[in-house]
Amino acid sequence: MAKRIDVSGLTAYYGSHKAIEDISMTVEPRSVTAFIGPSGCGKSTFLRTLNRMHEVTSGGRVEGKVLLDDEDLYGPGIDPVSVRREVGMVFQRPNPFPTMSIFDNVAAGLRLNGNYKKSELQDIVEKSLKGANLWNEVKDRLNKPGSGLSGGQQQRLCIARAIAVEPNVLLMDEPCSALDPISTLAIEDLIGELKERFTIVIVTHNMQQAARVSDRTAFFNLAAVGQPGKLIEIDDTERIFSNPSVQATEDYISGRFG
Amino acid sequence: MDISTQKTQASPPIPQPTDAEQKRAARGATRPGDRVFLALSRGSGIFLLVIMAAIAVFLTYRASLAISKDEANFLTAFEWNTGTIPPKFGIAVLVYGTIVSSIIAMVIAVPIAVAIALFITHYAPRKLGGPIAYVIDLLAAVPSIVYGLWGALILVPQMDGLFGWLDRYLGWTGIFSWDGGPARSMLTVGILLAIMILPIITNVSREVFRQVPQMQEEAALALGATRWEVIRMSVLPFGRSGVISASMLGLGRALGETMAVATVLSPDFDIHASLLNAGGGTFAQNIASKFGEASEFGRDALIASGLVLFVITLLVNGAARAIIARRKEYSGANA
Repeated sequence: MAKRIDVSGLTAYYGSHKAIEDISMTVEPRSVTAFIGPSGCGKSTFLRTLNRMHEVTSGGRVEGKVLLDDEDLYGPGIDPVSVRREVGMVFQRPNPFPTMSIFDNVAAGLRLNGNYKKSELQDIVEKSLKGANLWNEVKDRLNKPGSGLSGGQQQRLCIARAIAVEPNVLLMDEPCSALDPISTLAIEDLIGELKERFTIVIVTHNMQQAARVSDRTAFFNLAAVGQPGKLIEIDDTERIFSNPSVQATEDYISGRFG
Repeated sequence: MDISTQKTQASPPIPQPTDAEQKRAARGATRPGDRVFLALSRGSGIFLLVIMAAIAVFLTYRASLAISKDEANFLTAFEWNTGTIPPKFGIAVLVYGTIVSSIIAMVIAVPIAVAIALFITHYAPRKLGGPIAYVIDLLAAVPSIVYGLWGALILVPQMDGLFGWLDRYLGWTGIFSWDGGPARSMLTVGILLAIMILPIITNVSREVFRQVPQMQEEAALALGATRWEVIRMSVLPFGRSGVISASMLGLGRALGETMAVATVLSPDFDIHASLLNAGGGTFAQNIASKFGEASEFGRDALIASGLVLFVITLLVNGAARAIIARRKEYSGANA
């Protein structure tokens, strides 16, 4: 299922403002790639170009290529809706559908995609909740609203919802920034398990987290406020945190930055 | 009463400003601005309750004068003869007419209003949405007598085509049979009321839909939802209680609408199975039509009917609140 992402020469705009400029990188299947960098450097914007969520914002548009294996996500005739069914996303703040039960939240994506029998749905929901390490906590209250769960449980519910449709890629936009340390640890463990099945890209402000969960790390930076964000370097996580090839990266990860 | 207790609690520390903590506590409670504002806002609240009580007492007293002399059953009689001896009048026709015309208005207006609100907030480009919202606001500013005149002079003659069609294909139901007379009927009134309550429902729904958290819509988008599916999964569930409130505001206006109904409807005191034939009446229309030449006793009888409308409106509002409260305690079983 997991696919390779191949980005070349990607530039994204908000109206006339250039948010990120000329980004090229490759993300290997079944790996975790972390995006780090100061606020406003465009790492979230770049993440959102990978499932065409960027263009949902008014004035958002993109130039360049994003290949998922061999398919260009921005090619002519590609429907953004079908892109998002292939590339799942987990957000900064847990956002389960408040009026849906836990079961319906996980089944929501499946119901969009097609007709499933009730027994099939039950199997997939159970599998997804188990995959998100949430099954044991919610199996007795699948019909209760998802908004009744704790923040960490809600985030794992959102992960279950995202993986239920078996996406090729899972994007995570600071998935732990609204969570306490124990819930964060649970999500990080989960990311380690999920990379067996999915290509994972995670944006994080927490450099220890990037070091813990990722195989590759990309450092983004911007020259000045108002300037477009750029990819400074991408390398094996170990190398980035021990011996990065660019001085700015070292300054940032050692806290000497800004 | 609360004001005086606060005063006694708070005033002693003022002469001893040495203790910083006491000083801070005292300042919070006795600042003149706070006390003036408290008195003003509390006074306004009490004033409102007094007015409501005064209206209720007035309506009940005058109504009881009339009802005690009514020789017919006030709730079930199909007549309104207050000048005869003995007086015989009943509200059955008015209850029926008021509720039926309002239901017709709601059935027509709510879906259209929700659709317009969704179009403005989620489909229309900003350049188009703004002007549309503005025009809808203008609709709300048209006086009801103007709606009434427009209804009587333009809408009524135009209804013949629709009524003929309904009679031909749905006449067998009885509800849509038509005798070919002027279209001064419940259905025309309902359509006119629908146009009149459209702006308020649209505007309130629009505000509610605009407040849907972006992360809720993005949750649906990221699952590969189309625009319509985003609306179904995120926008409508979030806006449901707001749309109900908006509809109740519109319903309140439809129940109490006077001049437009009085101008369009050709009233009588009978309940007609057909919505297309002229006849029937509503509370507000009946009061407006009869109040001018009514005797003292006749006015009391009309006030009695007004009291019933008052109670119906209270019940409708209560029901709406109950629906909204139930939605809040969502159990998750029926999504």
